[in-house]
Amino acid sequence: MGTTASQLRKDLLSEYQELTFLTKQEIILAHKRFSELLSKEDRNIPTPRVPMEKVLSLPELKSNPFRKRICHVFSTSDMKDGSLTFEDFLDLLSAFSDSATLEIKSHYAFRIFDFDDDGTLDGGDLEKLVNCLTGETDDTRLTTEEMRQLISNILEESDIDKDGTVNLSEFQHVISRSPDFVSSFKIVL
Amino acid sequence: EEEKVGEEKPEVLSPEELEKLKEEVDERKKLISTLRGKPWPMRKKLLTLRESHEFVEKYEGALGKGKSRKLYAYKVMMLKKWMKFQRDFENFKTACVPWEMKIKEIESKYVSYLFLLYPCTVLLVLPGCLLFFNLAEKALMGRPYGSMPRKTVPRADEANAMDFAVLWDFGGYAQYSVLFYGYYNSQRAIGWLKFRMPLSYFLVGVGTVAYSYMVVIRTMARNANEDGGGDNNSFNFSWKMFTSWDYLIGNPETADNKFASITTSFKEAILEEQESRKDDNIHLTRFLRVLANFLVLCCLAGSGYLIYFVVRRSQKFALEGLESHSWWERNEVNMVMSLLGMFCPMLFDVISALENYHPRIALQWQLGRIFALFLGNLYTFIIALMDEINLKREEEEVLKLNMTIWEASLYNGTLGANSTAPPITVHPADIPRGPCWETMVGQEFVRLIVSDTMTTYITLLIGDFLRAVLVRFLNYCWCWDLEAGFPSYSEFDVSGNVLGLIFNQGMIWMGAFYAPCLPALNVLRLHVSMYLQCWAVMCCNVPQERVFKASGSNNFYMAMLLVILFLSTLPAIYTIVTIPPSFDCGPFSGKSRMFDVIQETLESDFPAWFGKVFSYASNPGLVLPFLLLMVLAIYYLQSTSKSYKQANLELKKKLQTVSRTINKVLTLIQYLLYSLCGTCTDIVCPPESTPCKGGEHRAHQGKSDHQIPPSATSPPAPRGHRIPGPLPGNQWQPAPSVQRVPNSQRH
Repeated sequence: MGTTASQLRKDLLSEYQELTFLTKQEIILAHKRFSELLSKEDRNIPTPRVPMEKVLSLPELKSNPFRKRICHVFSTSDMKDGSLTFEDFLDLLSAFSDSATLEIKSHYAFRIFDFDDDGTLDGGDLEKLVNCLTGETDDTRLTTEEMRQLISNILEESDIDKDGTVNLSEFQHVISRSPDFVSSFKIVL
Repeated sequence: EEEKVGEEKPEVLSPEELEKLKEEVDERKKLISTLRGKPWPMRKKLLTLRESHEFVEKYEGALGKGKSRKLYAYKVMMLKKWMKFQRDFENFKTACVPWEMKIKEIESKYVSYLFLLYPCTVLLVLPGCLLFFNLAEKALMGRPYGSMPRKTVPRADEANAMDFAVLWDFGGYAQYSVLFYGYYNSQRAIGWLKFRMPLSYFLVGVGTVAYSYMVVIRTMARNANEDGGGDNNSFNFSWKMFTSWDYLIGNPETADNKFASITTSFKEAILEEQESRKDDNIHLTRFLRVLANFLVLCCLAGSGYLIYFVVRRSQKFALEGLESHSWWERNEVNMVMSLLGMFCPMLFDVISALENYHPRIALQWQLGRIFALFLGNLYTFIIALMDEINLKREEEEVLKLNMTIWEASLYNGTLGANSTAPPITVHPADIPRGPCWETMVGQEFVRLIVSDTMTTYITLLIGDFLRAVLVRFLNYCWCWDLEAGFPSYSEFDVSGNVLGLIFNQGMIWMGAFYAPCLPALNVLRLHVSMYLQCWAVMCCNVPQERVFKASGSNNFYMAMLLVILFLSTLPAIYTIVTIPPSFDCGPFSGKSRMFDVIQETLESDFPAWFGKVFSYASNPGLVLPFLLLMVLAIYYLQSTSKSYKQANLELKKKLQTVSRTINKVLTLIQYLLYSLCGTCTDIVCPPESTPCKGGEHRAHQGKSDHQIPPSATSPPAPRGHRIPGPLPGNQWQPAPSVQRVPNSQRH
């Protein structure tokens, strides 16, 4: 059922092709890069898991301010430690691929931005989001007053039912009008 | 019941059951095809896929038996094969895209703008191919070099026809080759295929322009659709928040730049929102802006006049004979145009410092001015070219007179005026040649593009590479830090480069009719440019400090491309329609107008009634009402789209009020429920027995995917009879549970 160390089985490959937005070459490349992340002992177990630190060492994720959230969202680990199996990794790449639909991208973007995993983007989530975007150093952060103003502006724009949070449908409504979203929400190996 | 169906003979199935089974199979198939778009974890998707596949295979077999179902089975098999083919084709396409890895590498370092190269290259490759096809036909069918006067170098020029200087100028052998219009024979049908050469030349020329229009407009329409239409501007802050990070960034330096630019943009946006419209010193700002525009206009006028002057001078030189002048004087026109194109934008940049605009607006002004500069230069060039065309035509008239004299001299007066003479064989090189104005036009364009290319490459080498080398090595022994201050490494100017590409394309469109190989040459040039730029970008450039776009959508550059397409095909169309072709060169020689070839074809190749229908259809009495109809259709579509926008806004407002009302009602209901539950659990239901209705509702709420904070399960403290309006933030109920209540209420 799992993947062997060096080869991806053909039937699995065709199933993955049907279930993701990736092409055959991309899946094979993903398998190669994933195997490189595995430690020697892990290679022989049927469904190996790569710990989050190793995933974060990938050059495509290293400079991303949301890297930890991305790992948490796509991880199917019971311990919620952000570790990824190969199938989680494929899910990740599929959602971030060029041909993924807007619905899938916006769904996952919403989950990534939902820092407290409560199903809505409330003030706390938005604040953490802004802090991620402005870099982690103190001199680039916004002041409390600016932050408050920013969050109230955002809620005014996106919160249609005025309940103080942005839910998935409101988020998708905003995102679908954005010209940049699909082209910027991309990760390619 | 399904197992029974599988085991029974298919003939026993009633038609309704069969229909239902077919429906279910189709539904499963639809599920399979939409699985990849579902946000489920892979394990779940795999299980669903395998289950559905099993189901489909089992019952498709049942459905496929029997005589009337053979067609169904065949259809199913074809569909499977088609889907496999589609998937393989997608894989093949991605493998074939040129420079895919290089572009990904660059995109990780710079912001992802290089997508624009794709439509441009597609736009170029296609005409290139079409014209190659034209040439191939010609090469296979037509008569070879040297067999006709138009294909041979005149005797006088033969001596230096192979000189590099002459060839570089596209004279000599190059002038009488397939590169230019003048080479093509005007014979109506060539070879054993009866290939209609002039007709195909004309149609290919017109066809490539039409195809280009189609591609540009289709790309624009697609971009406009992706925009979503409607209220683009009302989500500025949200978009900054949710979409400003570019996930392709893999380089820490770029990431830092991006953080800085995002922070700046947030702060700016907040400031703009807060501060009043009133600006101190608005009069000074206005005055400075007017002054800046005036200076820019002077620049544009100056450059236009310079080009005109230089072109007239080059005409004078041409009359005196090109050999007596230096290299600079011979190539003056092209050099001046290229240099102007290089220095004026820098000048505009300096002038725009006076204006004090927001960077995005300043960028738009800058691009607009560069656009005006290029356009002005190009049109001045064309007007000067028109003068030259008229000169050549006058020359032609004179030559035609001289031809008769020359022919008479050949026979040396041995014949009477009316007798027919045996044809005297004269070598094609000795026949006097008319000045072929079309080839001249083609030559001018080719020269222009070559010099433009050279300028670009040299600017790249000097401006980027040499500068980087100097900064890197002189930094050790210089008084100030060359890398941080002036001059430092050059930035990769995305918008400038894209504009350059667009103008290059415009020049191709202009010249393609008269120099058929021009698109092919341009494809070559683009390949070389691509490699050179890739190398320069990775080794000598730094990313732009402030990363922002000239406009909200990609349609800005596409719109520019469309305008350029229109403006560049205008001169070509004008020359085709008004100027009579040369009498001895090109595929339309001897006709009074180039488009007469269509008339000719209609008369000779098509049945008589076709010509009649065509002449009726092109009657102004028919064409004018048709145009009127189109205008009315545009007006109608415009007004319906406006009304849709209006309806959209109204709906949105309604949605807001309705949600607010629902919110209020739901809080009221929930409050009532909880109070009921409170009394219920206290009085009626002891904890051990079956939970009462209120508890069931709470349990149903617990089924939602999200956590409910513990405070929601206990009844709230008594609040007064008045429920406050919309709940501020999320106090004791998270939004999902509020939405869940109506579902459970239906029990």
